[in-house]
Amino acid sequence: MIRLLLAVLLGVLALPTLAQDTMPPAPYAYNQLEDPRLEAEASALMHTLRCLKCQSQSIADSDAPMAGDMRHQVRSRILAGESPAEIRGWLIARYGDYVSYEPEVSKSTWPLFAVPVLVILVVAGVLLRRLGKRRNEGDGAGETA
Amino acid sequence: MGKRLWLWAPLALFAFFAGLAGYMLTQDKDEFVESEMIGQPLPDFALPAAFDGLPGASKADFAGSPKLLNIWASWCLPCIAEAPQLEALKAQGVEIIGIAIRDRPADVANFLGRYGNPYSRIGSDRISEVQLAIGSSGVPETFVIDAKGVIRYQHIGDIRESDVPKLLAELEKAQ
Repeated sequence: MIRLLLAVLLGVLALPTLAQDTMPPAPYAYNQLEDPRLEAEASALMHTLRCLKCQSQSIADSDAPMAGDMRHQVRSRILAGESPAEIRGWLIARYGDYVSYEPEVSKSTWPLFAVPVLVILVVAGVLLRRLGKRRNEGDGAGETA
Repeated sequence: MGKRLWLWAPLALFAFFAGLAGYMLTQDKDEFVESEMIGQPLPDFALPAAFDGLPGASKADFAGSPKLLNIWASWCLPCIAEAPQLEALKAQGVEIIGIAIRDRPADVANFLGRYGNPYSRIGSDRISEVQLAIGSSGVPETFVIDAKGVIRYQHIGDIRESDVPKLLAELEKAQ
């Protein structure tokens, strides 16, 4: 009886796995390209593309079927002669900046790049003024002495 | 005294950000990745039939009048939930072309036998090729395609009863 209950319980626990397909992965999902140079290019690109299903992994790190299908796209496009930048552009045209882990200057991200430069300029300005003041005071002190 | 008060500023700033972070943790996360392809023409594609009962689907099949493109799969549980709503849309005269993601013919036939068949055609996308090309990030998703083959609207997730009027309105707009 306990065994039966346990079996039913385990069966119910395993239900979510039914929500995955049982199809074999796409040809280039788990197979590397033969040319090591091309595979290195593809791999570098795959590490900077976000898995859309798992959200905090790159497609190189994810075992989600959709990530496999995205790896297949990347590898087969590299094999067909497309550059990594073109493939990234193709995906961004479909999913927005979200799909790329590579920081890019765009309409919504430019403050991220501008603010540090601004802060450094302000700090440099303040420092120069203060140091300048102190030197002047020092000079003044020297003169009186 | 003024200077003393200023000493508290960093702590106040820290408390503000800590509070903001705490508040954000209690907020729902937006899990949807919207397609950037709205307003763009459908990419070229031609998919084979997903099972024996219906023809496959290609870009050319969308010419003539506005239609729904339903991205689904027999292994997808929310697709069962939206099946009655697709039937309701079909009853209103809407043509629905399906694309089955990573699916087998026997499973597709089985699903349609159980939950009804609202489709005029179903293409089989075994490696999510067309799904990626139109910027869809999961199943089910439903796109409104106008008579010229331009993507007009995207509905993410299963279609609830309350979503049907919105889809009908978007189809009307796409005339």
